Amino acid sequence: MDWAQLAEIASAPDNIPIVALLFLIPFFTWYGFRQALATDRLITRLEGDSKLAKTHHRKIEPYREGWDQKLYVWPYLLRIEFLSAIICTFILMVWSITLNAPLEEPANPTLTMNPSKAPWYFLGLQEMLVYFDPWIAGVIMPTLIIIGLIAIPYIDTNPLGNGYYTFRQRRFAILAFCFGFLILWVVMVIIGTFIRGPGWMWFWPGETWDHHRLVFETNQDLHQILGITGQPWIGMLGGAAVGLYFVLSGWLVHKLIVLTEFNRKIYERMTLVQYLTLQSLLLIMLALPVKIVLRLLFRIKYIWVTPWFNI
Amino acid sequence: MNDEIKASEPESEDTPTQTPSRFDRLRGWLDPFIEKGKGDLQAAKDPKRTQLWKSVFRHKLDDSARNRSLAVLTNVFLHLHPAKVNRDAIRFRYTWGMGGLSLYLFVVLTITGVFLMFYYHPTKGQAYQDIMYLHNDVPFGGLLRNMHRWAAHLMIITVWLHMFRVFLTGSYKSPREFNWSVGVICLVLTMLLSFTGYLLPDDQLGFWAVTVGTNMARATPLLGSEGPLGPELGMTAYNDVRFALLGGSIVDANALLRAYIWHCIALPLIISIFLAVHFWRVRKDGSISGPAPVMLASEIKPPRK
Repeated sequence: MDWAQLAEIASAPDNIPIVALLFLIPFFTWYGFRQALATDRLITRLEGDSKLAKTHHRKIEPYREGWDQKLYVWPYLLRIEFLSAIICTFILMVWSITLNAPLEEPANPTLTMNPSKAPWYFLGLQEMLVYFDPWIAGVIMPTLIIIGLIAIPYIDTNPLGNGYYTFRQRRFAILAFCFGFLILWVVMVIIGTFIRGPGWMWFWPGETWDHHRLVFETNQDLHQILGITGQPWIGMLGGAAVGLYFVLSGWLVHKLIVLTEFNRKIYERMTLVQYLTLQSLLLIMLALPVKIVLRLLFRIKYIWVTPWFNI
Repeated sequence: MNDEIKASEPESEDTPTQTPSRFDRLRGWLDPFIEKGKGDLQAAKDPKRTQLWKSVFRHKLDDSARNRSLAVLTNVFLHLHPAKVNRDAIRFRYTWGMGGLSLYLFVVLTITGVFLMFYYHPTKGQAYQDIMYLHNDVPFGGLLRNMHRWAAHLMIITVWLHMFRVFLTGSYKSPREFNWSVGVICLVLTMLLSFTGYLLPDDQLGFWAVTVGTNMARATPLLGSEGPLGPELGMTAYNDVRFALLGGSIVDANALLRAYIWHCIALPLIISIFLAVHFWRVRKDGSISGPAPVMLASEIKPPRK
């Protein structure tokens, strides 16, 4: 173990936010899910007792007969806001007094930084560059992430869980979002920060960054593994493989969408456009881990090689 | 005026033996002013009754339901709030306070950013010197720059967590669909604001981060010189989308100026507009989403056709 190396990465001023993320994200995930599970227990109780369901205030928050439903913003909300602002300022002040913002040497186009990393919040995209060409990882994927996020309210036809934490009533939506946000975004940012070293090579935490390390791994395209040569055939094979992925995983995702009685009810509420949008977004999101697995297990560089683009 | 002078004349004739001293005449002349001044002193004891006070504060301060509401509704900085909120929504555990903190950090960034602009020239060579000068010689300059940098990082975290909370509570559902979309735009703009600021110190870190970032633009399909179908459409390093972003084919003086203008003028203006819509819609879509009473699966109404 090279503790010095690990300490150097973890204490680099610009990496402090990621160190903070390592604690904040698990904490708030736990914090949200704790309330979701408490609500779920209440939902189970109410579903089993229709009398109680009529009289219960239906929240996990404390409740007493005669309490006002609403409170004055002045002072009950404003005092909390002011207090938060003060605490936030305090944290920011202490952070700013103790740690200097990084300033490297003047920009020098002839001296490449190694590793040269994007700002930490874009490291997920940079990590994707390992598995996809820049036009996918740097342009198509970010665009689709934005479009997909914007589309969420319009493709989620589940009317339950509006305005309270719950897991039971929104299993599919919450698992899909958490997979995208926690695994494919936050974990990739953490990998990009702590694991990727010189030459964007994989260094386990505590491994010394060796600037002269060479890795002899030859990645092959799918058609090379299968021994197919000559262009129209290579392109057709890739197209068929990608098509097969969409059909197969589309079928699997469909099975998931209609897995339970409740999910089928929600599925019935979807229009065709909503369903197809949901499917496309999910399949493209899942393509990333699929490509990662293909690369790690079979050393596949491209699935689909054409004269114009490679996937 | 003439009447007044005439009226005072007989008075002086009544006491002919005592010619008023100069002091008394001065007193007589000053007395009306002193009387007026006493009125002012009286008002100062109870400033809330003065015109000045009433013109600034539009309501009384005694603790009544009406005044609590007016305290919020008649204040431009607070009027985004309703007069009353859901009692459970005030708890930290529902909202995590991340939306409000994001706004607060945006304000901190605007203020520290304006101060930084006083010391900064977006010019190659000068920019780096300015940062060195700011950090080492300007009083509190280092603190100022650090606060700007760390508040930017913190804001990205709070915005992410805000989105995470809004998703987990299903707050994007009807009637708040559109506001979620506006929020996603704000999230993207926040990251772009941070990214454009990265280049401004003109050091190795910023230079290579922006080089890596904008190299991806080269690969844009159709519009990039190295993207799929780009060269076929006549895209070169001198006319593609990366060229437009950098104002050149390399990260140089023009890129610095463009990053500066995006960072300090264009993006803040754009995000301000989106933030205004975002906050406005929070109120118009029925204020904060919850914690709402739970709805049971058996209570789902059939979708409206």
